[in-house]
Amino acid sequence: MNLDIDIRHDLGGFRLDTAFAVDEPGITALFGPSGAGKSTIIAAIAGLITPDGGHVRLDGETLFDSAAGTNVPTQKRQIGYVFQDSRLFPHLDVRSNLLFGARRAGSRRPAIGFDALIDLLGIGHLLRRKPLHLSGGERQRVALGRAVLFAPRLLLLDEPFAALDQPRRHEIMGMLEQLRDVANIPMVHVSHALDEVTRLADHMVVLDQGKVAASDDIYAVTSRIDLFPLTGRFEAGSVLPGNVAEHDRDHHLTAVTIAGGHLWVPQIDRPVGAPVRVRVRARDVMLATALPTGLSANNVISGTIAAIRRDEGAYLDVQIACATDRLVARITHRSLARLELAEGQPVHAVIKSVTVERDGAGRSGHTGAHNQTRAAT
Amino acid sequence: MTDMEIEALMLSLRIALVAVGGALPFAVLIAWVLARTHFPGRVLLDGLVHLPLVLPPVVMGYLLLVSLGTKAPVGGWLLDTFGIRLVFSWTGAALAAAIVSFPFQVRAIRLAMEAIDPGLDAAARTLGAGPIDRFCSITLPLALPGIIAGAITAFAASLGEFGAIITFVSNIPGETRTLPLAIYTAIQSPGGEAAAARLAGLAILLALAGLILSEMAARRVRSISGS
Repeated sequence: MNLDIDIRHDLGGFRLDTAFAVDEPGITALFGPSGAGKSTIIAAIAGLITPDGGHVRLDGETLFDSAAGTNVPTQKRQIGYVFQDSRLFPHLDVRSNLLFGARRAGSRRPAIGFDALIDLLGIGHLLRRKPLHLSGGERQRVALGRAVLFAPRLLLLDEPFAALDQPRRHEIMGMLEQLRDVANIPMVHVSHALDEVTRLADHMVVLDQGKVAASDDIYAVTSRIDLFPLTGRFEAGSVLPGNVAEHDRDHHLTAVTIAGGHLWVPQIDRPVGAPVRVRVRARDVMLATALPTGLSANNVISGTIAAIRRDEGAYLDVQIACATDRLVARITHRSLARLELAEGQPVHAVIKSVTVERDGAGRSGHTGAHNQTRAAT
Repeated sequence: MTDMEIEALMLSLRIALVAVGGALPFAVLIAWVLARTHFPGRVLLDGLVHLPLVLPPVVMGYLLLVSLGTKAPVGGWLLDTFGIRLVFSWTGAALAAAIVSFPFQVRAIRLAMEAIDPGLDAAARTLGAGPIDRFCSITLPLALPGIIAGAITAFAASLGEFGAIITFVSNIPGETRTLPLAIYTAIQSPGGEAAAARLAGLAILLALAGLILSEMAARRVRSISGS
């Protein structure tokens, strides 16, 4: 997929002036606080709004260009859309809702068949029901299926999980991951929830008041400490690609190899060699100038200080280069002074806790390895 | 009941049916225009559609007579070109009834269309549906309760129309003498009290049947449309 966007649009309170390009398959996250202009951008990609100026290009085709006067109607763009409020047609049952787009897809065929899809989404028993009699999670699953069966070139997701409770969110996120792998649909996912983004996205676009603050692969964006005010002070942390190295079944632990060493995490149910994605929050990382002993923490990764970002208040962020990985530690100003830390200095990062994303190796740059390890198991 | 009375009843039903059926497509179209589009002349169109509600029916009949009479420009042209004569014929009565009951249809359909979430239209667009497709597969089915309600109200109004019909097409037995005109004629003639009472009773029965029918239709449609 190749998506090239340059949108200028007056949003009343502020001006949207956004340009970014994505040149890889997988899931692109549009991340930012509410009111940053995320939904406006995907509405413009779909053609549901006409921007004041700029262009939208998908796979070399110009869908919108204010200078050239091009504006392809939404129904001809072949772009699927999952709305926050599902927007199922109330007069049609679930089956007819699912087939609405499929019947209008022309010669395009979805990469996943009807039966396989309803199986994956777990909606087989709902086919004859009217949307009124569905729960919120069921509605979003049907809306997702409806968009996928349209066999779109690109699928836009406008905070589709925002209205769901936590178990429901995780359930649908898992289905979305499977869809990404099985149906191979490029997606643009609007979200203000960092856990969604770090789990699902391969590419991340950070928006701040209508402007692009960063657009890069997920690992690069999440370890940039200058973005921490935007990527969530408390939750901020780096996302690292890794592989399952070994299992210690006696202690219910799994070792995950990352570029800078390996991390012991609570046992995960993946074969040795399988790609996983780990997230290390900055507040869960301590720094030591000498290799510490007598610690309860299992995970110590060595590296050098790459950057320090001073913040107002008690804390500051330190970015540590560990081979190709970038870890971030949030420490106090006092610790910085006491340890006399400076850029270029070797340190040891003590990691208290690691979040392992269930199946989040993603595709960007790891597609080959992903497939190989799968084939080998 | 006499043959004349049954004739009046059947004529009334026929005129009301043709009036509502003929006006329905136009009512749906204008309701959609008023509910979903914005153009400079919209207020004028809105006023024009609702004019028969506020105008005395006799004035409506008079306007029809001066524009569609055989010597009038439009009426003369219709007669010369197509051989259509509306004055003093039941088709003229149907036209008068259609115009007078038109606002009821438009109003009900427009309200139903305005109640449809515009987001559904956007969703249909993202699923490849063009404008006509969306109108047929989303707007029309979701506005169906309003369309039925409007049609039934307009049917009742057509059955009861008096002023416009008597002014435009006169009171000809078997051609334009509908139920209200027959009641009026019976009251005017000596010894017609019994006939007037029977006809009035018939009108009341028709009105009640219409109400019950509309309620049943509304329930059925609600269960289909899932709202």
